[in-house]
Amino acid sequence: MMKGIKKWRLFALMSMLLVFLAGCGREEISTLIPAGRVAQDQFNLLILSSVIMTFVIVVVLIIFILAIVKFRRSKVGEDMIPEQVEGSAKLEFIWTAIPIVLLLILAVPTVYSTFDLADVSTMDVEAKDGNSSHLTVNVTGNLYWWEFEYPEQGIVTAQELVVPTNERVYFNLISADIKHSFWIPSVGGKLDVNPENVNTFYLEFDQESSELEDGVFYGKCAELCGPSHALMDFKVKSVDREEFDQWVTAMQAEEPAVVEGALAQQGEELFGQDGLSCISCHATSGLGEGNLMAGPNLATFGDRNRVAGYLEHNEENVKKWISDPQEYKPGNLMPDVATLNNGEKLSDQELNALAAYLMGLSVEE
Amino acid sequence: MSSIAQKKGFGATIWDFMTTVDHKKIAILYLMSGGFFFLVGGIEAMLIRIQLVKAGNDFLSAGTFNEVITMHGTTMIFLASMPILLAFMNAVMPLQIGARDVAFPFLNSLGFWLFFFGGIFLNLSWFMGGAPDAGWTNYASLALASEGHGIDFYALGLTISGFGTLIAGINFLVTIINMRAPGMTYMRMPLFTWTTFVASALILLAFPPLTVGLFFMIFDRLFGASFFAVEMGGNTIIWEHLFWIFGHPEVYILILPAFGIFSEIFAIFSRKRLFGYTALVFATILIGFYGFMVWAHHMFTVGLGPTANAVFALATMIIAVPTGIKIFNWLLTIWGGNISFSVPMIYAVAFIPTFVAGGVTGVMQAIAPLDYQLHDSYFIVAHFHYVIVGGVVLAILAGTHLYWPKMFGTMLSEKLGKWTFWFFFLGFHLTFFIQHFLGLMGMPRRVYTFGADQGWDLFNAISSSGAVLMATGVIILLVNVVMTIVKNERIGNDPWGDGRTLEWAIPSPPPFYNFAQTPLVRGLDTYWIEKMDGNKKGMIFAEPLGDIHMPNGSIIPFVISLGMFIASFGALYFLDGKPWALAVLIGGLALMFGSMLLRSLKDDLGFHITKEELLEDAKGGNTDGH
Repeated sequence: MMKGIKKWRLFALMSMLLVFLAGCGREEISTLIPAGRVAQDQFNLLILSSVIMTFVIVVVLIIFILAIVKFRRSKVGEDMIPEQVEGSAKLEFIWTAIPIVLLLILAVPTVYSTFDLADVSTMDVEAKDGNSSHLTVNVTGNLYWWEFEYPEQGIVTAQELVVPTNERVYFNLISADIKHSFWIPSVGGKLDVNPENVNTFYLEFDQESSELEDGVFYGKCAELCGPSHALMDFKVKSVDREEFDQWVTAMQAEEPAVVEGALAQQGEELFGQDGLSCISCHATSGLGEGNLMAGPNLATFGDRNRVAGYLEHNEENVKKWISDPQEYKPGNLMPDVATLNNGEKLSDQELNALAAYLMGLSVEE
Repeated sequence: MSSIAQKKGFGATIWDFMTTVDHKKIAILYLMSGGFFFLVGGIEAMLIRIQLVKAGNDFLSAGTFNEVITMHGTTMIFLASMPILLAFMNAVMPLQIGARDVAFPFLNSLGFWLFFFGGIFLNLSWFMGGAPDAGWTNYASLALASEGHGIDFYALGLTISGFGTLIAGINFLVTIINMRAPGMTYMRMPLFTWTTFVASALILLAFPPLTVGLFFMIFDRLFGASFFAVEMGGNTIIWEHLFWIFGHPEVYILILPAFGIFSEIFAIFSRKRLFGYTALVFATILIGFYGFMVWAHHMFTVGLGPTANAVFALATMIIAVPTGIKIFNWLLTIWGGNISFSVPMIYAVAFIPTFVAGGVTGVMQAIAPLDYQLHDSYFIVAHFHYVIVGGVVLAILAGTHLYWPKMFGTMLSEKLGKWTFWFFFLGFHLTFFIQHFLGLMGMPRRVYTFGADQGWDLFNAISSSGAVLMATGVIILLVNVVMTIVKNERIGNDPWGDGRTLEWAIPSPPPFYNFAQTPLVRGLDTYWIEKMDGNKKGMIFAEPLGDIHMPNGSIIPFVISLGMFIASFGALYFLDGKPWALAVLIGGLALMFGSMLLRSLKDDLGFHITKEELLEDAKGGNTDGH
């Protein structure tokens, strides 16, 4: 019997350990490994409130365990009639007052932080050179993909946000269709992406994403938006300011990159007006305004971390996606490619060509 | 009429239940249909956990998963938890205040049948082109974009069953205000009656905003209005406000009666008067009051601005104070008592740490900036299951064991009850504790799948394994119910031995007129006072034995509800251009209004039970009614 209990204890201990070891999750997405000032503030609030709440739980548990151990019938006797106590004003006062004090301790940082995290007053402040002193990104939520427009810089990208580290980045959020919610767990809390109004907040990225195992932070849609809500992922590359400026310059290049190789050139033709006309929804140049095109901008497609936001980044997945987008993101708005190709499926050769062309679209070295 | 014991045929029994206006039989109807929907919602829960047992599972498709989560939430809240609590309110509250029935027995029946047909209507969506798929919160932009008729089933079904709940709430309010026995002052009412009273007031005030929202939704979807259509100048945030102005009080509508049940249990099984009764009552009222002040804490991330968020954050935190008062008063009730660990008490004892755990995560979410991280993640899924399963469902299971003898005259097996408890309780913590961490690790709620690269595999597998234990517990409960019914061992007035309130002073199940003579109440815990004074009858009487006036049964509530049910199909298919839809709509409405008219024009004066019959009843012990 004793042995059995010991085994159980060991098992319980082991499972607790396991929970603790695995408990923080992946650094690309866990709120428990904050990688920015906003997430750090929120994490501190989490720790503060957890400590206070653990105190509450411990107090309750002590009284609770003492009560059920001391006053069980087997201990106090079958026929014992307890004294019918009515109550105690003193006790009532104590357990009203102490929680109020605890709540006041929580209330002060709550109110401070609520206003602090919503403070976007410096958003439009101009620096000496007439440019905005802070980067602003306009985010548009679409059915299962994200568009990021940099209005100051006049460039647009999709699915993978690129931001400079160690400075405030402001976000204007709006939805093109139904409500979404913009969330980068390890960098900061979420804000809803409403169809009727622009929501504004800021985040700070204090860690370069190249230090992460996967090289990007994971972003999520946090509001149920239809069948593929779970797949509406995006990725975030945080780079230092210098690298960011280089990226912006590359994005602003008027001339599209030269397409190399016969296969990729065939792909470019297919992609264009005379082929499948993909280009009428998908721009391949980073230059432009946001919220114009029906599909995501593909100027940086070759640089991306994932296909369709969540599939591994390789040609195989590009081809799979093009031939049957509904299989990989049910309910998305991309037309079936056969309808663009006079009702015929694309041949392997054509798929290969498209994939080669798309993978060649790049602004990075 | 009442004295001849007859074995009724099956058909006659069915007819009896269809026409009954007796609060005890309506309670059984609520319990059976609520229990049925609880099983349906439970199966949906299992489907969710099977789908999420591993990364990239393809057990359910994306669309089906959204239907399942929507129906799981909607069913559990509207069709399982509320009706089962209404069952206990119906069965016990009139007995606790010494009344012969509720104030409006006919309306009581109407309320049940409306809820029932609403629930059936909603669930028929599974077989008629797809269930609703926009979550139980049914946020407007997604709901308007949803194809098929799922959302229409949701809006119409909840409208019908919402009418039923509203009627029940008004009925209980009037009953408690007007029908208390002589001497039963407000501050002598048992706590379950008090919580029923406050919950009914919340129903009265909270359901109209939901109905308004649902009407807007129905008008938008079926008749081309644009309350929520952004491109036409509508606004989807209005739905969120309307829903949560209902939705937050709704969780108190659920938890307050649960608190009431636990309060009864702590007193009975500690053999001790509730500690700080007055404080418990005022805490109940305060929780009900604050419940209307905090709805926007469900909307911290909507972008209402820092002022609104800060105000609602502070208002939400305040609710922790009265809730804490309740917890400590319960602890002090069992402190110094003589605790018997019967099944209801085990649930009540287990409820305290569980609910405290759910409550403190609630305070954490009240911290608005922290909630930006927690909102719509698995953390919130863990939180509301801790308060709703750890509070409401534990209360429902406890109440089922506690009141089964009073409702049916037999005892559920203690042994099987304990097995159910341990499976359910351990399974519950295994399923939901770990979900807090999934949320903190970045897992959003309502995702039908997750990638193997997100680091959530292990915890999801653990969570799913807990769900299997919970299901096992529920299956054992079903076995317990069947065995108890088959064995049919009758029990006496006070099967727990330590009953304190009036319902334990009369036979189990009570005669259909409840009290042959209205009792006189001399203080809190009426029956306990009489027992301690050595009164063998268990109560003293406020009136001599005389004729009792009783209402007749009626099929009209059933027919009114059926009419509304039929009309809803007409409304639903009207826009599809189905030629028969208009006829069905008009026919259903005609049936509904026709039977209302019949009820208004036809006098139904009820009947009298004579003194002689009552005397004979008392001798023969027959409690089967007429």
